[in-house]
Order: sequence, then C-alpha cells, then structure tokens
Amino acid sequence: MDDSIILVVMTPFVGAYLSPLLGLWRERLCHLVAVAAALLSLFFSFRLAGSVLTSGTIRYWVGGWEPPWGIELVVDPLSAFMCLTISLVSLLAVIYSKNFIEKELPGGKMTSYYTLILLLIGGMLGVVVTGDLFNLFVLTEIFSVAAYALVAISGKRGSFIGSYRYLILASIGTSLILLGTGYLYIITGTLNMADLSVRLPAFYDSWVVFGALAFLLIGFGIKTALFPLHTWLPGAYSIAPTPVTVIFSAAVSKVGGYSLIRVLFTIFGLEFITDLVPVAPALTWVAAATILVASMFAISQTSLMRMLAYSSVAHIGYVVLGVALAVEMGMTGGILHIFNHALATGCLFFCAGAVIYKTGIRRIDDLRGLGGKMPLTMAAFTLAAVSKVGIPPSAGFVSKFYLSLGALEAGEWIFVIVILLASLMTAVFYLRVINLIFFGGDKHEGKVQRDELPLSMLVPIIILALGCAVFGIFVGIPLRLVEPAVMVLSGM
Amino acid sequence: MMTTVVIQTIARVVVPFLQLFGLYIIVHGPVSPGGGFQGGVIVGASMILLALSYDLSSAETKVSHKVRIAMDSTGALLFAGMGLLCLLVGGVFLEYGIIPLPMAPAEVRGLMILLVGVAIGIHIMALAASLFLHLAEEHDT
Repeated sequence: MDDSIILVVMTPFVGAYLSPLLGLWRERLCHLVAVAAALLSLFFSFRLAGSVLTSGTIRYWVGGWEPPWGIELVVDPLSAFMCLTISLVSLLAVIYSKNFIEKELPGGKMTSYYTLILLLIGGMLGVVVTGDLFNLFVLTEIFSVAAYALVAISGKRGSFIGSYRYLILASIGTSLILLGTGYLYIITGTLNMADLSVRLPAFYDSWVVFGALAFLLIGFGIKTALFPLHTWLPGAYSIAPTPVTVIFSAAVSKVGGYSLIRVLFTIFGLEFITDLVPVAPALTWVAAATILVASMFAISQTSLMRMLAYSSVAHIGYVVLGVALAVEMGMTGGILHIFNHALATGCLFFCAGAVIYKTGIRRIDDLRGLGGKMPLTMAAFTLAAVSKVGIPPSAGFVSKFYLSLGALEAGEWIFVIVILLASLMTAVFYLRVINLIFFGGDKHEGKVQRDELPLSMLVPIIILALGCAVFGIFVGIPLRLVEPAVMVLSGM
Repeated sequence: MMTTVVIQTIARVVVPFLQLFGLYIIVHGPVSPGGGFQGGVIVGASMILLALSYDLSSAETKVSHKVRIAMDSTGALLFAGMGLLCLLVGGVFLEYGIIPLPMAPAEVRGLMILLVGVAIGIHIMALAASLFLHLAEEHDT
C-alpha cells in the first residue's frame, strides 16, 4: 500500500508537536520546522497525485483494520487535487510568515503561531483524504479550533470579537454536522462513506435521511461561507494575520466546499440530490445569490482586506455553482476554480498583507501611488486581479468559461448571465483599486520609500502571480486531475 | 479564595493516591477499562487539586509551563512515532501486530497498546493540568 496517504497528514501533525518542543530552546527553529513539514506534505501530495493518476483510487486501512470497522483513508483524483492545492498554498503561506510574523506578532507568540498553523494544515489534509464520515467531522473540528485561535492570535483590537463570532457560528456548523452524521449512523449503522452510499438507497424515502442531509448541508454551508451563512467570514479574514487569511480563503473555505461535494456526490449520490430531492438545483440558486450579493458588498468596502474577503466569498459561490449544476462541464469548471481561485486570492491577500507590512495601509483610498513604490508587488496584484475578473488568458478566465459552458449544457442560461454580471462587478472593484494604485497620483510623496519586500515575502507572491498566468495557458496540467475527479464523482 | 489548613492537609494526603491511581489506570489500559486518556486526566486533576487547595504558584512550581509543554509534545510525538514505526517495518499506520518482537502478535499488540497508553497518558496529564492552570493564571491583556 502507498504510505504517502498517511504521511501527507502525519507530517504537519508531527511538525505541530515538534515546534513547541524546539520552541522552548530556540524560537526561530519553529519556522524551519513548519517549512520542512509543509514541504514534505507537498512532496507526498505530489506522490499521491502520481499514484492516483497511474493506478486509480487508493484505499488505506489505518491499523490494518478492514472497513467498515476500521478507519479507511480514500484518495480519489478529487482528494489528490485538493491535497496539492492545500499543501502548495500552505507551503507558500508558511514561507511568507517568516518576516511578516516577526514584525506583526511580537512577544513570544511565534511558537504557538507555527504550532497552530501546522495543526490547521494537518486537519485540512486529513479532511480531504479520509473516507469516514465521523473522521471527517473530527478533523473538521481540529482545523476549526486551530483556525479560531489563529484569528485571535494577534490580540489586537477586534481580534477577539472576530474570533468569537467565528467560533459561535462555526461551532453551530460543526454541531449540525455531528447531528447529521449521527442520524446517518442511526439509520444505516455505518460511518464509512463508501459503505454509506451502498446502504442509503434502501432508506431514500425516510425522513431521517432528509434530516441528515439538511443538517449536513447547513453545517458545511457555514464552513463554506455560502450566503446567507457567510457573516463570520469578512471579520475573521480581515483580522487574522495575512498568511492565515491566505490559508483561510485559499484552503479552509474550499475544504468546506470539498466536504459538501463529498456528502452530496459520494454519500448521497448524483441521482438522489438531483431527482429525488432537488438539493443540487436549490444549491445553484444559493450559489448564484452568494456570487451576486458578495460582489455587491465587495464594491462598497473601504478596507482592502474586507473587499478581498467579500470577493473570496463570491468565488466560493462559483465553485459551488459549478459543482451543483451536476453536469460534466460545470463540475470541471467548479473544481478547476478551486485551484485557480486559490492562486489568485492567495496572491491578492499576500499583496494586501505586504502593503500592511511595509506601510500599515489598510484603506483602499490610501493605496494611491503605491504602484511606484512597490512595483513588483503591485504588478503581481494586477495579474491576480485580472485572473479574478476572468480576463483571458488568465487562469480565472478558463474556469469561468467552463462554468458558463456548464450552465449552457445544463440548460440554465440564467447562470451565464449571473457569471457575466458578477465578472463585471468584480471588474468594477478591482479596476478601481488598480487605477488608484497606478494612476491615482501620489499620496505618500516622500513618506514611503521606494522599497521592495524581503525575499521570503516576495517569492510566494511572484509564484502565485505567475501561476495565475501560466495555468491560464497550460490548462491541461490541472485538468489531468480534474477530469478524472469529475468522472469519479458523477459515477461514470 | 479561602483555603484552610484542613483543606490543605487533606489535599496533601489525597494527591499521591490520586496520582498512583491515575498511573494504575494508565498501565492497566490494555487489560481493563481505562487507558492513557482516563489515567492522564486523573493525574492532571491532582495538579488542579493542588492549585485549588494551595495557590496557583505552588502548582506552577511543581509543573512549570515549560515542563507541561515538553510533556505535551513528547507524549504526542511518542504516539505518532509508534504509529510511524509500523510503517518502517512494512505495515500500515498503527498496525502494531507487524512489529517483529520475539512474541506472539497478540502480545506485541498488547505491549504496544501499553506503550501508546503511556504516551497518551503523558500527553493528557500535561494537557489537563494546562487547561486549568493556563486559564487561571494572570494574563497581560
């Protein structure tokens, strides 16, 4: 059996417990531990993706106990794709943390920061490789608890209340997930996802199953931040330290979306959610509302971080919309958008963090003239914004194109209008910022030096920005995993 | 908080027995109800009893913040290490029976579960004490 599947999860966890131990001796070593752990996770993710591509879905029985008694880990192409996205973004965020955290988190919090961030990464990777519904709940709880603490870690004004709001809403979410899991366990007597999908059809007319589905949907809906359950997100995103925000927007909310996909497609199955109970069509409307409402909110923001946070909510909507359309093109677009959006949003948040790091500016109006001061960072910002708007040949264009094709394939032309309208709105708020940055005059004449970032912050920004451009042209690379993932999900 | 000489004396008598009982539960994990978590909580609770009957600082001197962090991490790492050891000898994660010791596989499993219980016990006793002591101690903000 391929050991990469357990190692990809265990490396961040081992790193998480190694870092407080080494932190007692030398605090700076924690950064090295975190980078090493994230790097190893990325390596194992690549190995996983390789073996999934050559030999199909991998199953791993923890402790050698046969499912449904033991815990089973399952990596299909979608899991491998998520693993790669999560570990890539996490590695860049951990590298970026070095200088950022030294400046923004003084007072001996470095050890707890790296411990928590590794727990967050490990929990997310665990969620995407597990094949057991209860295990999924436990790991969701692990990364959520790490996330609450990371929002509050700076101890600045507003960080506790932001974290508290997130804690309350997300705890309601996890409680509902636990309830839904319990209902499914009561009626079928199993928690293994593959086993559940075999046993559930016998109970398709039972109210218990409907109840379980509703609980799981709302629970993961909160985690994914679907409208109207997104209210915790902007506060948490704008307060957390920037590398954490990047992991949140590029990975944490996507993991919520992933769990939603797993529950809908792997456990309940395509037929149940489209024909028997029209969950998927309902979800498309929720997603469309998420896209439009969040884009509208984004236009009216004055803080750069909050604007990006709302924009991130809107793009989760694209992912859910594509998947819920339940046609091949739409699902391809939705899943591809997980990766493409992770690149773009990661880059944008990194740039916003870089501006805070260099100048302390958080308001959009104050960005005037920064294009001349931090040219490389701002060029990367522009590239990523282009990808978010969806201008060809960026990566964002490709996934939005697939989404539109999917909407047409499903006969739901109204969603094509939603996508176009939302892209226009996205263009409105990003072009406004870009215009201010490069052509808004110079507000900081003499105050801000022309100065680029330290290398540890610049490199992740450049990598993600180039990714936005490269994966718009070489779409085939992510599609090699996305296409089999869609095949597996739709049961072809 | 009010604390009297009666409380303090009784606590001093009870604490060693509590800890011994906790250790008993940890090492009897493989053969009877209990195990690392339950035993660890009992040992940790003995520290909480000390903190309640005397004061925080006397409990802190027994197990300082650094010691607790070290125990917490060591316990977790030992557990992870034993799981990963099974990978090294060609098994899957946590498949204890495969470890080549001169015993029957069932006995190897029992031994490993004992060791895992001890690792978890170390982890949990530090954690249970920390949960109380860390929340109770004074913070800057």
